[in-house]
Amino acid sequence: MFETFDTLEQTWIGQTIRESLWLFPGIEAVHLLGLAILGGSVLVVDLRLLGAGLTRATVPAVLASARPWFLGSLALMFATGIPLFLSEAIKCYYNTSFWVKMGALAIGIVFTFGVRNRVAMRRDAPRWATALVGAISLMVWFTVAAAGRWIGFS
Amino acid sequence: MRSFAEWLDTHAWSTALHESLWMYPLIESTHVLTVMLFVGMLAMVDLRLVGLAFRNVAVSHLTGRLLPWSVAGFVIMIATGVLLFYAIPVRTYESVWFRVKVVLLIAGGINAWWFHRRVQRDRTFWDTSPKPPIAVRVVGGVSLAIWAGVIVCGRMIAYNWFDCDRDPSPFVAWMAGCVVEASM
Repeated sequence: MFETFDTLEQTWIGQTIRESLWLFPGIEAVHLLGLAILGGSVLVVDLRLLGAGLTRATVPAVLASARPWFLGSLALMFATGIPLFLSEAIKCYYNTSFWVKMGALAIGIVFTFGVRNRVAMRRDAPRWATALVGAISLMVWFTVAAAGRWIGFS
Repeated sequence: MRSFAEWLDTHAWSTALHESLWMYPLIESTHVLTVMLFVGMLAMVDLRLVGLAFRNVAVSHLTGRLLPWSVAGFVIMIATGVLLFYAIPVRTYESVWFRVKVVLLIAGGINAWWFHRRVQRDRTFWDTSPKPPIAVRVVGGVSLAIWAGVIVCGRMIAYNWFDCDRDPSPFVAWMAGCVVEASM
């Protein structure tokens, strides 16, 4: 495992970012812009699942409108997050927050596409089930964001 | 203003907060993560104003049901932001990024005021329109651009390229209000 991270640390992308004064902060700033849109597109659906927010629209309608922004911002997060990771792969290897974030991210993606969006599309889902799914989604994505911020502190 | 920042800097609590092992990172993290609530919810409303999301939901429903969440986020942003300034007052006051951020914050406030005072007046005509009139779309687009700028500037405050002790160019030094130390 460590060898893989060591190899990733040596890629030209990582090296270019490390040698530049502006690249890391610049990519980081775009990563944060993605966070705002990702957070908004997750929140608006989860709040609706919990019975708050856009209650006059149906859950499938809210999901359908938020979905492209969720997918787009998630793609932006990967496009900026991977270069950031490549620039400090070995630091990440020893960083607990990084592993917590990756674990939560994997759970978040599987849960969102495998459970949450499917429940949201069903009109016959009971209230307790939609609320539970919304609450879990909020917690998982919050963990991804919080652990992500903490990579920089440890 | 600078003397105010210097006065804050003399507070024992300011130093304690800056040097604290947990409090500073926790406040900083809360500030960053609240961007999802504050800008996230605001961006959903702005995207509706621009006509790019929730096109089949009335604008008034979004502003009525999502803006309170955004305002709650804004309150947390201000509270944590004030504490972060309090922890590092002089350097932040002399930061070009911080100064641009404050200007953008004021611009964002004016833009929001303009939307609520003037643009919303004839809302009944376009409330359910999938693509609102140009004046509404402009306000939404300007809001998205301003808050994106605020996020970028906020992130950059942490970096020291333009700090006064790094001999910035005369323009940056003027922007940052660097004090030229008189040589004795």
